[in-house]
Amino acid sequence: MSQIETFYDVMRRQGITRRSFMKYCSLTASALGLGPAFVPKIVHAMETKPRTPVIWVNGLECTCCSESFIRGSHPLAKDVVLSMISLDYSHTLMAAAGHAAEAALEETIQQYKGNYILAVEGNPPLNEDGMYCIVGGKPFVEQLRHAAKDAKAIISWGACASYGCVQAAKPNPTQATPVHKVITDKPIIKVPGCPPIAEVMTGVITYMLTFDRLPELDRQGRPAMFYGQRIHDKCYRRPHFDAGQFVEQWDDENARKGYCLYKVGCKGPTTYNACSTVRWNEGTSFPIQSGHGCIGCSEDGFWDQGSFYNRVTDLTQFGVEANADQVGLAAAGVVGAGVAVHAAVSALKSAQKKTQGQSMSQNEEV
Amino acid sequence: MVVQTPNGFTLDTAGQRVVVDPVTRIEGHMRCEVNVDENNMITNAVSTGTMWRGLEVILKGRDPRDAWAFTERICGVCTGTHALTSVRAVEDALGITIPENANSIRNIMQLNLQIHDHIVHFYHLHALDWVNPVNALRADPNATSELQQAVSPSHPLSSPGYFRDVQNRLKQFVESGQLGIFKNGYWDNPAYKLPPEADLMATTHYLEALDLQKEVAKIHTIFGGKNPHPNWLVGGVPCPINVHSTGAVGAINMTVLNHVSTIIDQCITFVKNVYLPDLVAIGGVYKDWLYGGGLSGQSVMAYGDIPEHANDFSAGQLHLPRGAIVNGNLDEVQDVDVRDPGQIQEFVDHSWYDYGEPGKGLHPWDGVTEPNYQLGANAKGSRTNIQEIDEAAKYSWIKAPRWRGNAMEVGPLARYIIGYASGHEDIKNQVEGLLRTMDLPVSALFSTLGRTAARALEAEYCTRLQKHFFDKLVANIKAGDSNTANVAKWDPSTWPKEAQGVGMTEAPRGALGHWIKVKDGRIENYQCVVPTTWNGSPRDAAGNIGAFEAALMNTRVERPEEPVEILRTLHSFDPCLACSTHVMSPDGEELTTVKVR
Repeated sequence: MSQIETFYDVMRRQGITRRSFMKYCSLTASALGLGPAFVPKIVHAMETKPRTPVIWVNGLECTCCSESFIRGSHPLAKDVVLSMISLDYSHTLMAAAGHAAEAALEETIQQYKGNYILAVEGNPPLNEDGMYCIVGGKPFVEQLRHAAKDAKAIISWGACASYGCVQAAKPNPTQATPVHKVITDKPIIKVPGCPPIAEVMTGVITYMLTFDRLPELDRQGRPAMFYGQRIHDKCYRRPHFDAGQFVEQWDDENARKGYCLYKVGCKGPTTYNACSTVRWNEGTSFPIQSGHGCIGCSEDGFWDQGSFYNRVTDLTQFGVEANADQVGLAAAGVVGAGVAVHAAVSALKSAQKKTQGQSMSQNEEV
Repeated sequence: MVVQTPNGFTLDTAGQRVVVDPVTRIEGHMRCEVNVDENNMITNAVSTGTMWRGLEVILKGRDPRDAWAFTERICGVCTGTHALTSVRAVEDALGITIPENANSIRNIMQLNLQIHDHIVHFYHLHALDWVNPVNALRADPNATSELQQAVSPSHPLSSPGYFRDVQNRLKQFVESGQLGIFKNGYWDNPAYKLPPEADLMATTHYLEALDLQKEVAKIHTIFGGKNPHPNWLVGGVPCPINVHSTGAVGAINMTVLNHVSTIIDQCITFVKNVYLPDLVAIGGVYKDWLYGGGLSGQSVMAYGDIPEHANDFSAGQLHLPRGAIVNGNLDEVQDVDVRDPGQIQEFVDHSWYDYGEPGKGLHPWDGVTEPNYQLGANAKGSRTNIQEIDEAAKYSWIKAPRWRGNAMEVGPLARYIIGYASGHEDIKNQVEGLLRTMDLPVSALFSTLGRTAARALEAEYCTRLQKHFFDKLVANIKAGDSNTANVAKWDPSTWPKEAQGVGMTEAPRGALGHWIKVKDGRIENYQCVVPTTWNGSPRDAAGNIGAFEAALMNTRVERPEEPVEILRTLHSFDPCLACSTHVMSPDGEELTTVKVR
């Protein structure tokens, strides 16, 4: 990211004279009602390194990603927006609307060609000529393609942009399509989850600003630092799994003791995310800690894996029915059995991940 | 062309057409078109929902116990309220009762959402319609400090140095030339009227509220594991209670209760010391801007919410009021029965759906969602590049719900008008107190500012209720009841072969209902009619305009090309478009009509 040209550099490269540049600065000052004294300060700022511009577009989604983003504690959302990036287009937060908003988008694309980050929340529906999601009278997919063309990199926020999420659950009536299926010639960083954890979102952005590079991605295009390990592997209730101590029913004695939620459907064993380590909302809690199993919201197609209350062993691709039952029966004495069964589940899951990963390999090299 | 609508508005399309698309600082996608006459008065208004996600098709055949998670993803701003409505609908259908503790915890979460949502709306989605952050650069920090101490003597962040620091930060930001979220705002528009000191104070509170809201939301995280999108449970709440014994750290325990209590107090303090004083200070400058009443003076509706006791939804037991007022008759608050097929019906004559025959209205239990995107003959542009909508034809992804044939406004103002008219003591006291403080008549309520004021009053009321239910939860635990879930009917084998139910809540934006039909343990039909479906409704077959459209009528815009006034009024409803365009439908037949390419 260090190679970002200053605003002035970009204007000069595009053949704009210094005189025109100064005029632009004067116009900016007067448009803001700031008077001539501010002109030199604006000139100075534009001649030095700018904050990285971010264009944030919204397709079919529910805005939970934006909401999660502003829950950030380290750094605070206000510090990200005021001091780290320049959030030049964001339906949720920007003051301008209509033509003025669309102009802000165009100006940012033109001024920072190849140097802005495109953040995508939601996804484009492709049915009905794209008109299930309309922005400025046109299909959202057009805005997405347009903004992607000159982006340096793309962040796919959340399950919608990364995988499709709820509107792409079967039978996906609008043909809601993840970003990487529409944009195939840009580096795409997937930050899945419904929504992603706030600190993971800001962590991805600040990593890029701090280390001047894209984060290391796994086979599916997710930052390895946050999505490299299963929730189950870092879960504080894991010792209860290994000991065969399970919640059998909601609010039973075992639930009150904080035993493992595997038998009431927890998807922690098959979900790759940072919930059990970073936790949610400044480390306050995470789903398992608050007594409900993980629903697997950062995994591809998690809506179509059967009920959230089915054990993961019920999934056909595992082929290991009733493991937890056996573990539960044996719980009193045979702790080792639970570990062995778990190892088998892990191996199968690992194989499954590899298969999934291969189909996503177009993003591997970004 | 001049048209008189049945609900009393004169529409004239002769003047200049102004298009606002996208409408920003809302949830979801929305377009608005108005005509303005030579005096810049709005003479016609058209509101278009510009997204559809089709969850109706997706929910069919799923496990009803999972529905909360799907419907929760309808909206991440009013996160949790759809989930609560959903578990209530399923419990109603299957005859499941919940424990008293679960009722208290659900109420705390729902009230917490109201408080969070209202604060974020006022400061982050609405404030920039009234507050000019660039003008704040001209403020004198000493005078700002004096202003702050005058409007809210109890707020500790009020020193001149504090405001100077914020101002310096803003200056640095503006002088960078990279204006970020403030880029291309209408900062020299004469519609902005605050003195620089008030602009600095309010911009400072924009930042304070941004810090605070992440704390407020932690109550969802404690009980539901995360925010946005906490976890819920049919039959109760998923978080067990254990404050006494071994394993307490894996449940709702003393440390967790202390954290909740601290946040509840933070909410009370912020709303009392910052939100309400800002409302009075900013509202006081704009109190002559009494546009935007729309339907609020004639037709408002609320389902009511926050039951004092578990499983009792009778109107007298709800802290947020239920009822409907039509024809502006505040002397008669009518009862609302969401099960009555003659009361709530949805129409699609001007919506991008098809019922097969014109003028037909369907009750949600019998609803149909068959998408049918087409533009009218007089639309300008093309199918995929709309320049101007033709409102005589179909023009929105939002359906048109009606109560006994009336277009209705829902939301905080509707709740407060109904509460005021029905003699709800807390609400009446709040409203009368505010009107007295601001020296305004009752009629001032029926306005854009009235909507914004009702939301702030409601936030204050909800902070007190949140404390009430926390105290109730602790007292109940102390009395020996730690139950949080009823699992007697968890197993689908205990369910009737066929069942139907309805769940109701008051979402931050207004009356929200989910209607479900269950057959053989699976969802046969699921319909949501949400607040923005009511407020953002297009015209119906009779020609009644919806609440957004009505509220924009007869408003003067200073500069038609800079739609500050349009944004003010639309934002006063806190539109949520992802919600409004998620109507659910009964059978899978529409699958065949969805084109897959």
